[in-house]
Amino acid sequence: MTASRRLPIACAALFLAGAGLVGLLVGPVSLGALPILRSALSHLPLLHVHSPLSGPDDAILWQLRAPRVVLGALVGGMLALAGASYQGVFRNPLADPYLLGIAAGAGLGATLAIVYAPDVVHSYDLTPLAAFAGGAVGVVAAYALGRSAGGRSTASLILAGVTVTSFLTAVQTFVQQQHSQSLQEVYSWILGHLDTAGWHDDALVAPYILVSAVVILFHRRVLDVLSVGDEEAATLGVNVRRTRLVVVAAATVGTAGAVAISGLIGFVGIIVPHAIRLVLGPSYRLILPLSFLGGAGFLVLTDVIARSVMAPAELPIGVVTMFFGAPFFGIVLRTSRSFA
Amino acid sequence: MTALALDGVSVALGGTRVVDGVSLTVDDGEWVTLIGPNGAGKSTLLRAIAGLVPFEGEIALGGTPLRSLRRREVARRLALVPQSPLLPPDLPVAQYVLLGRTPHVGAFAAESARDHAAAARALERLELADFVKRPLHALSGGEQQRVVLARAIAQEAPLLLLDEPTTALDIGRQQQALELVAELRAHGPLTVVSAMHELTLALQYADRAVLLAEGRVVASGPPAEIVTEQLIAEHYHADVRVIANGDGPVAVVPRRPGR
Repeated sequence: MTASRRLPIACAALFLAGAGLVGLLVGPVSLGALPILRSALSHLPLLHVHSPLSGPDDAILWQLRAPRVVLGALVGGMLALAGASYQGVFRNPLADPYLLGIAAGAGLGATLAIVYAPDVVHSYDLTPLAAFAGGAVGVVAAYALGRSAGGRSTASLILAGVTVTSFLTAVQTFVQQQHSQSLQEVYSWILGHLDTAGWHDDALVAPYILVSAVVILFHRRVLDVLSVGDEEAATLGVNVRRTRLVVVAAATVGTAGAVAISGLIGFVGIIVPHAIRLVLGPSYRLILPLSFLGGAGFLVLTDVIARSVMAPAELPIGVVTMFFGAPFFGIVLRTSRSFA
Repeated sequence: MTALALDGVSVALGGTRVVDGVSLTVDDGEWVTLIGPNGAGKSTLLRAIAGLVPFEGEIALGGTPLRSLRRREVARRLALVPQSPLLPPDLPVAQYVLLGRTPHVGAFAAESARDHAAAARALERLELADFVKRPLHALSGGEQQRVVLARAIAQEAPLLLLDEPTTALDIGRQQQALELVAELRAHGPLTVVSAMHELTLALQYADRAVLLAEGRVVASGPPAEIVTEQLIAEHYHADVRVIANGDGPVAVVPRRPGR
């Protein structure tokens, strides 16, 4: 890695660390930055630092806030990284992880689970699994339709994603309207949430996201090559179809994992990669790692806003990202030169 | 030595035979240009040689069948300058040219000092050293053409395929682009196969012209013997005069009927 890439990555890592600290600090119970740091050190072996926090405060920090901050970082990092990779492989600046029907499929899966198996869902925490399965079905349907309609063109794949999304959303809305008693639960799931109880959700989703992120980051140079076009990338020795398939599969698995745990948090995959692109240029060797770090910090901070503006009530985090994301999307649409 | 050998090469696109039984050999260091009317199959033939479209028959690069080569190996043996390359608007020139080193960079590795040196040489040779930090969208058409050529040169492949390298360039830029290719050949062993619309330029630059019509080779030989009023009338359905000076034919000009 050259020095020109090290500096921005170090800055992004600092941003994430700062966002994490803010996430740990902000809440109804005031803990203070220094005690938090000392408490963190006390959990490390061999340092013999004493935690200054009382038992309940320690539990608030490590069983409530920390898992939530880590989940926000994992989900935000994944959504931004997946957005950047979709934009890269499809050479479309408006592509995002929800493009290929993942969001609609996951929404339908979660709705079906909440509506038709409420007892099972509540005792076994089945919603994430149903959302994951629904998301996968959505992607496979969009991919199959895109392939049969237009072969290898990326436009046909994107249109197929739109088609599948519309259909699945229609079914989901129908089911939701038929069962108004669970409307509130379905609705709050769809709008996105990062509420956790302990580390269970983090442990559930981390393997998917970490494996997906590693696979995508390995392809950062190849995504730069893809930016010159499929045929030219092929004459430069890149297997374009295989690369696209591997990157999309990795991004999709990671996104499905994130969506399954946190619901539909929109626009992270658009805002973060584009902000990075505007500042640091079009190379995916920077965009990909920075999207992960920046997306992680971004969602942690967004979550702080979501849980503090109407405290003690929580705003769904998806509402906050959409509120800031939609205008940003408009700006990208207007200024984007590389719309292909 | 034979740089490129085609034996009975046919390509079908959407059920239509666009290239039909082309056999052709190109020697090391030779510049062969494909000419022929629109739809004759020039570009498709180049794309078949680059391994971008499935074909029947045999294509061999330096004696090795194309089909037995992996994509990366093909990319080390030939570079293609496409007719209308996709240029990521915000990518700086230096990074774009460095992408030409892809076939020499390990699958998930970064470029070595050798790769940077090769890219720098290509930039220097095409007089782009002052442009390295400019984004591609800030270049003129002629400069963009040079950048694309630099990327192909950085690939350091012995065979260069040029698909209509002068389209969209004014007459001065056309001349500069082809002079650059001629200069590159003077610097080292480089075999060139190009597709060209401009018959006057084909006359002046290529060692040999191959006239394609409806996917078949209808004539092949020194450009002066191929670019004739009769062959052009027959295959381009054009009424032209081929103007000669003491060295032979040098220009092709259209003749308006009735004048």
